[in-house]
Amino acid sequence: MKDFRYVGKPITRIDGREKVSGAAIYTDDIDFGPNLLYAEIVSSPLPHARILSIDTAAAEQVEGVVKVFTGRDFPFKFGLYMKDRYIFAQDKVRFVGEQVAAVVARSQQIAKEAAALVKVEYEELPAVLDQMTAVCDECTLVHPELGDYPHVPWFFPKPGTNIAHWRKTRRGDLEQGFAEADHILEENYEVPRYAHCAIETHVAIGKFDHSGRLTVWSSSQSPHTQRHLFAEALAPMGLTHKDIRVIAPHVGGGFGGKAGVTMEIIPAALATKLRGYAVKLRWTREQEFVNTYQRLGVVAKIKLGVKKDGTITALDHKIYWDAGAYVEYGANVVNAVGLSAIGPYRIPNLSIDSICIYTNLPPGGAYRGFGYSEMLFGLESHMTTIAKQIGMDEIEFRRKNAILEGDKTAYGAAMNPNGLIEAIDKVVEAIDWHKDYQNTDPRKAIGKGFAIFWKAPAMPPNASSSAFLKFNEDASINLIISGMDIGQGYQTVMAQIAAEILGVNPAKIRVETPDTDRNPYEWQTVASHITWGSGNAVKRAAIDAREQILDLVERVHHLSRDSLYLEDEAVKCHTQPSFNLPLKSFVVDGIPTEDGSYRGGPINGRGMFMPEFSSATGDPETSQGGHPNVHYTVGAGALILEIDRDTGKMKVLKAAEAIDAGKAINPDLVKGQITGGLLQGLATVLYEDMRYDEKGRLLNANFTDYKIPTSLEVPEEIIPIIVEVPQPDGPFGARGIGEHTMLPAAPMIANAVEDALGIRIRSMPITAEKVILTLLQKGKQDA
Amino acid sequence: MAKLTLYVNKELRSVEVEPRETLLDVLRDKLGLKTPKCGCDRGDCGACAVLIDGKSVRSCLVFAIECEGQQITTLEGISGDKLTDLQEAFIELNSFQCGFCTPGVIITATELLEHNPHPSREEIQEALSGNLCRCTGYTPIIEAILAHTTKEGK
Repeated sequence: MKDFRYVGKPITRIDGREKVSGAAIYTDDIDFGPNLLYAEIVSSPLPHARILSIDTAAAEQVEGVVKVFTGRDFPFKFGLYMKDRYIFAQDKVRFVGEQVAAVVARSQQIAKEAAALVKVEYEELPAVLDQMTAVCDECTLVHPELGDYPHVPWFFPKPGTNIAHWRKTRRGDLEQGFAEADHILEENYEVPRYAHCAIETHVAIGKFDHSGRLTVWSSSQSPHTQRHLFAEALAPMGLTHKDIRVIAPHVGGGFGGKAGVTMEIIPAALATKLRGYAVKLRWTREQEFVNTYQRLGVVAKIKLGVKKDGTITALDHKIYWDAGAYVEYGANVVNAVGLSAIGPYRIPNLSIDSICIYTNLPPGGAYRGFGYSEMLFGLESHMTTIAKQIGMDEIEFRRKNAILEGDKTAYGAAMNPNGLIEAIDKVVEAIDWHKDYQNTDPRKAIGKGFAIFWKAPAMPPNASSSAFLKFNEDASINLIISGMDIGQGYQTVMAQIAAEILGVNPAKIRVETPDTDRNPYEWQTVASHITWGSGNAVKRAAIDAREQILDLVERVHHLSRDSLYLEDEAVKCHTQPSFNLPLKSFVVDGIPTEDGSYRGGPINGRGMFMPEFSSATGDPETSQGGHPNVHYTVGAGALILEIDRDTGKMKVLKAAEAIDAGKAINPDLVKGQITGGLLQGLATVLYEDMRYDEKGRLLNANFTDYKIPTSLEVPEEIIPIIVEVPQPDGPFGARGIGEHTMLPAAPMIANAVEDALGIRIRSMPITAEKVILTLLQKGKQDA
Repeated sequence: MAKLTLYVNKELRSVEVEPRETLLDVLRDKLGLKTPKCGCDRGDCGACAVLIDGKSVRSCLVFAIECEGQQITTLEGISGDKLTDLQEAFIELNSFQCGFCTPGVIITATELLEHNPHPSREEIQEALSGNLCRCTGYTPIIEAILAHTTKEGK
């Protein structure tokens, strides 16, 4: 393999000094001076109701209140993949917490006090709070107008029902497949909703100046997508893309929650009616829990057929998603999993139904893993169970059925090169899987759990990235791109890619957070596509700059183009070892010639990337045809779990996770994703879940009641493993890994609990309480 | 409104505050110090941690008016003209991701090392248990503190 100078090296992050010193500016840190206005929303206390009247008179009379707005002021729809949302509720509210009105005032305190004076009269309607009872002839419809909503061509809503999208994937002959099976297992699995819990809540400031220009500062994973959605939604007010500028400072955690547009549309819209003012809206932690995207809830029904020798013959996977009141983003989670719910397995006969169902709960949307965590909890629990039932080692079972390069995916395209088998083997070795783990303490049980995983970026086929790169006088570089460093280390990795091509140390490359007026287009920082997509664009921009440099040196110095190369911030020549032209001598000022004139000029590179082979044209009834996913990233994980037999309390003694990064541009950052993502995954299975009452109200909208892990909940040992089977179209072979790191956590725990105690828990979370109650139940049954 | 006088990063500052205003709000909105972050506004997350007379507190749980005459240290004061060796260890080991919890984490770790220059892994975990971090899984943070305290001469 080629030896790289900067790629593949665990260099320290280029944003380290900024973040560790506290210099990094987040959206809420920006000062807007004494003319800043604060918005507070009035939110719905009911899950489903008709709005009869809104009385804003009392609020308007409060000193310091500038204006009160309601849905009447903004009768505009918006949405990423389906336009099913309004900026403020119009005639109806559809979930508890939905914005009905907003008070804009001179201070946060005044806005809050005045918002409490807005009187809204509702007529309560029957609410749909469970996706499994939401589809019937008499069911209340969350969106009776569903048939009128514009949506992307790869969604298939069923107007007159609560089904917002139904992704069907069919391959082979399912009946025949089950007929060939020696053993069939059918089970149901349940996964509740989850919250992202980035430590920074959502915040955005809109300012519509007197010249008619709207600027929005926003904590966002998606500045260009936000600009586009603002432009679409506010078009009736005469705003165009040119009039709208989104500035995205540092983001205090995303995890999918700050993708697309949720609350940011509110200050953007409010500002347009308050010319000259900046209007700020910051969610409280409680609002963050109830009125941003949530991870969708799932009920999955799995039927799997296998032969005695372990060969999988057929899979019938039905997944029912609680997608919430608006599915403009969440329906694409459903779509992505509907194309991929075979997991990383070779399955000849299959049927997948992934059904997106409206409920009167908060909108579901992107959450790290994009539905695959939910799907894999059931599937990987199922795989372990069925392997045991046919008396086969579960590792052998997985190795035997693992999808290999060239095997058909569920939608019929060929699987990309991947290191799944290598990942399985390395995890087995690292965790010492075949060792007989025993505990000397009789009050403690020990179990081991294994799982494999895959995930593809879920993107429109034309999702693009682009990059500008400009040299400065000292040969330092400004890399101008629009992906967001939401913590994963994007800026550093992009700098490493440019550095490798240009022979400039990454420490001399500055990457700033984006501004849509100045930075070139990037679709969104989601889908774990950014190392791959934006990395390709950056590589091309660097190559563009390099070619300009070499063109110039060839022209001025009459050296053979093929003999020139860049190294140590200089142009060097294979045939003339003494030739060494420092970049800083000419990348801005040009190269002087004998007559005193100069050649060249500032070097600026440009690059873009669009996956031109991708398409979403599969048959609606089978999903066959088309190439909806650009590639899959695969991996494997295992853990050793200790369980207190008296309390159910669990402790991860050791965990190993291997992931095929294609090429780890920065191995230390890949390992950072594994330690962080694994704990986030363990949290969803061991501690967290969103609890709603019978009125659709979230019962645990704070960190006291919704417990995310602290430093005390860290596994005693984590072994991160990087596998590198190159992605042919990735920059230096790289593909994304950020979301994937949390995917195996839940089934690993479920499988380890069964291994330790002989109880199979098929609903998340698997808390200490649930373990001990299940154990007591089993004890009663055994007695 | 009442006049409040306190030392912020060793500088004497005077400011008009309302009795209900928290130290966090006064630091951020009236004194212009933005490193204490608001993550929950109820003492759960630790992103707003500052030192009051050397002891770490959640500035969202303290009324500013209670801080009359006290020494407040924020990350701005710790960073100063030169980052501390502890901060350099965080940079060296990539012990942060989004960076939002980092100011609070550094404050807490600084206080810990003040009283216990050679903490065990368990003591570090215990000390940091009030600082929520959703990105790193904590391991890189714990390792930076350990690496810093076990360096020769420390």
